[in-house]
Amino acid sequence: MSGELAKKDLNINVEYITRVEGHGNIVVNVKEGKLEKCQLEIVEAPRFFEAMVRGRSLFEVQHITSRICGICSTGHCMASVQAAEGAMGYEVSEQTKLFRKLILHLETLDSHLLHAYFLVAPDALGAPSVVPLIKTHKDVVLRALRMKRQYSDMCDIMAGRHTHPISVCPRGWTKLPSKKELEKMKEIFTGQLDDLKETVEIFKSVKLPDFERETEYVALTHPDEYAFYEGELTTSDISGTVKPGDYMEIVHEYHAAHSTAKHSRNKRDSYMVGALARFNINSGQLNDEAKAVAEELGLKAPCYNPFMNTVAQVVEIAHCTYDAIRIIDHFLENGVDYDDVVTSWPTRDEWPSFKVKKGRGVGAVEVPRGLLIHDYTADEKAVVTEANCCIPTNQNLANVDLDMKKLIPEIIGKSEEEITLLSEMLVRAYDPCISCSCHLLDVKFV
Amino acid sequence: MSEDKKKVRIAFFDFADCEGCQLQLTYLNENFLGLLEHCEIVSFREAMSERSDEYDIAFVEGSITRKHDEERVRKIRENAKIVIAYGSCASLGGVNGLRRRFSDEEAKEIVYKGRDSHLEAGWPRPVHEVVKVDHFIHGCPSNNDETIKAVKSILLGKGYTPPDYPVCVECKLKENVCLFEKGQVCMGPVTRAGCGAWCPSWGNTCYSCRGLLDDPAEQGQTELLEKYGYTIDDITEKFDLYNRCRMDAEKEAEKK
Repeated sequence: MSGELAKKDLNINVEYITRVEGHGNIVVNVKEGKLEKCQLEIVEAPRFFEAMVRGRSLFEVQHITSRICGICSTGHCMASVQAAEGAMGYEVSEQTKLFRKLILHLETLDSHLLHAYFLVAPDALGAPSVVPLIKTHKDVVLRALRMKRQYSDMCDIMAGRHTHPISVCPRGWTKLPSKKELEKMKEIFTGQLDDLKETVEIFKSVKLPDFERETEYVALTHPDEYAFYEGELTTSDISGTVKPGDYMEIVHEYHAAHSTAKHSRNKRDSYMVGALARFNINSGQLNDEAKAVAEELGLKAPCYNPFMNTVAQVVEIAHCTYDAIRIIDHFLENGVDYDDVVTSWPTRDEWPSFKVKKGRGVGAVEVPRGLLIHDYTADEKAVVTEANCCIPTNQNLANVDLDMKKLIPEIIGKSEEEITLLSEMLVRAYDPCISCSCHLLDVKFV
Repeated sequence: MSEDKKKVRIAFFDFADCEGCQLQLTYLNENFLGLLEHCEIVSFREAMSERSDEYDIAFVEGSITRKHDEERVRKIRENAKIVIAYGSCASLGGVNGLRRRFSDEEAKEIVYKGRDSHLEAGWPRPVHEVVKVDHFIHGCPSNNDETIKAVKSILLGKGYTPPDYPVCVECKLKENVCLFEKGQVCMGPVTRAGCGAWCPSWGNTCYSCRGLLDDPAEQGQTELLEKYGYTIDDITEKFDLYNRCRMDAEKEAEKK
């Protein structure tokens, strides 16, 4: 750093960072070339979901916790029904699981696409939002809208809608797709493969900042598949796995002395969850199509550049697309057992003999932004007495903080505008979901 | 269209909620682009970096909880010609009302488990309990068909009045088997229609996310419950999933 730059003063205050889900501010203070303050403040209103579900039935908890976040509602439903079923001691059918994997893929596809096209691509194409791109890159915008529309159409088929899926409930599904609907989904997916190719093309030309900071990567892992819906927890710093019920062995929530925040760490001062963490841990289990995309985009495990999280998302778009087709083909070949349909609550006749055990259940799911955990304890009437939700964005906060602390000194010679843009891009790369992160806490980190 | 014709300026704001209703608008796609020929979105933080304080219509999403949120929504009311409470958190208080079952201290204790917090808990309220609301678009989430209908009608200067008949009307038209027949308790008979009986059509029960009718047929509902062997207690605890704020307001009114 030159002598002149060493004396640089800088005050960046991005109030209400845009194109992220939820309310957050970025504050960077540099005095005489020294980084004094560097924080992502979360200013979203806290909502107290752990209190909201207390005293409610396990049969309606997924309806409530889904409302933690509109974008991640399917993921919350998945973690929620798993936790509810665990707490009451109910085993779902293999068919139920497979359909849950399918709808979870749809959410991952929809969320990654939204992030890549609407939230990240404008930075790469030099526009303040997707709106001006309608004029300059109309084909790109139309493709993004078309793909989003198709994911949304398929969510409609599966669960009535994407935001707050209707037919997902403890014990299974209240409605299952017909053969015709499965064929329709297959047709949509196969018709989309050219758009998928074009999406990969865009990200070939997108130049992401060259920045690295190695951290601990945390994700679910499963012996038979690239884990999303089920698995055990593992990290890049440990050799074995940890059962979902013991998540606290890895997810150490702590109270940082300098803040009111709930941070998470394991072996180091922070860890990362999300697409890049999943890729770093499980990339060997991606399907061949996704592996080819990773190679085309130059993503190799282990990758220590957090900006590459978006590229890992594009790789997962390929994986989820082809895995969804595999699941649909399975049902087209083997048929669907419609007797598997359940009511969202036990019926009036079922209740007297319906066995609920008193206990605790933990649901662990890889949602678009990373590892999500719902942990419920309920009584013998299936009423929740205790709940805890571990949100991916919260788990990433400490890691964003440390990335910023390393990034800012490296780019201090750039103009204030460039530094602001790069800080915003870093925060966006994590695809933070602040509605989720503030389901309970007002987070500040300094 | 000619450039001189002034477009109506629309802004979106969110408070305590999941932002799922704003998200619905990203599913409008071509319809959304069509709407953009008649109006201009000047502020939509979730999707745009550009923003402006000059707008005609403000869509307010989410419940109002904290002091500075109250101030923010008052400012929005001052700036806007028309304020729309968009989605159940804004129009009813929605699921946020569940938090009202606990005092600030209890809620903090449940979440922080004894750790000291200077966090302002806030008290969840629907928007109309803080500022005047001109129009309501209910739903958790909002339904795009209704949103388009409402926005068109509002742009034409006719305002928008949501239906005042129960979800059952739409459910019957969909030829769904009545949930009561399936041994389920459903809020459809007392809930405002407009969603096309969305949840019952996908096999789930109605949770009353669009709020109670202005004048629910209590007599009819009681008879229905009796017919299927339920009591009013079986459903009261379900009412408050979305309607807690209205129930509180009615209790307050009775006291006076």
